[in-house]
Amino acid sequence: MCHQSVGLIQRAIEYAGITTVSISLLREITEKIRPPRALFVPRPLGYPLGEPDNPNVQTRIMRAAFALLPRTDVPVLENF
Amino acid sequence: MARMDELDLPERLFLKGYPFKRFAPRPNDPVTTTMTPLRKPLAECTVALATTAGLSLPGQPPFDKTIKMGDSSFREIPSYVSLESLEMNHRSWAFDYRGVMRDRNLALPLDRLREMQKRGEIGAIAPHHYSFMGSIVGPAKLIKASAPEVARRLVADSVDVVLLTPF
Repeated sequence: MCHQSVGLIQRAIEYAGITTVSISLLREITEKIRPPRALFVPRPLGYPLGEPDNPNVQTRIMRAAFALLPRTDVPVLENF
Repeated sequence: MARMDELDLPERLFLKGYPFKRFAPRPNDPVTTTMTPLRKPLAECTVALATTAGLSLPGQPPFDKTIKMGDSSFREIPSYVSLESLEMNHRSWAFDYRGVMRDRNLALPLDRLREMQKRGEIGAIAPHHYSFMGSIVGPAKLIKASAPEVARRLVADSVDVVLLTPF
């Protein structure tokens, strides 16, 4: 449900004129919701930024997500 | 890795039967299909965060876990917040909370944004960030009221980019 809520909030923000990207931990759900841009991170639920107290991994995931922002061929769903 | 077949049986059956199609993009509904292109380099963008981790400030009313269709309200989190002070109220039975209880950056990576701003990777950190609760089974209110309200507030703060994390 979390992924649906994120997708719905994301669409409302994108509709308001702001560029968005989300992180997905459940590819199958994100494929159904089709938010504009999402980065699939192969981590368990509860760990969208990878690991607690691991700034390096967290930053790498954020950079990969931000790298999708220029994409206009939406919906975009890339793997981390 | 999170895969459907790793979830508990009740959660899996629920997701399998849930009518996601009802909320999939529809060609005649611009809210579901609009795309906003990035208008400037990230290094010049104001960035905000949004999460469904159910985080709230100590002084804010906690999310209501008793609402059957899910609490679709949101909490505004100022960018100067100290992350450890954020409280968490969530009711999903699918999540492991130990990580985020240790490091709120897993949901709201404000410390990482602060570093990225210092390094010049992003332009500015938005003054407000937004926290929703997950497990919203009936998202009508979310679609009609809270998500558009948060979008308006982000526009008012001249935000260019939002990163969202699921919980």
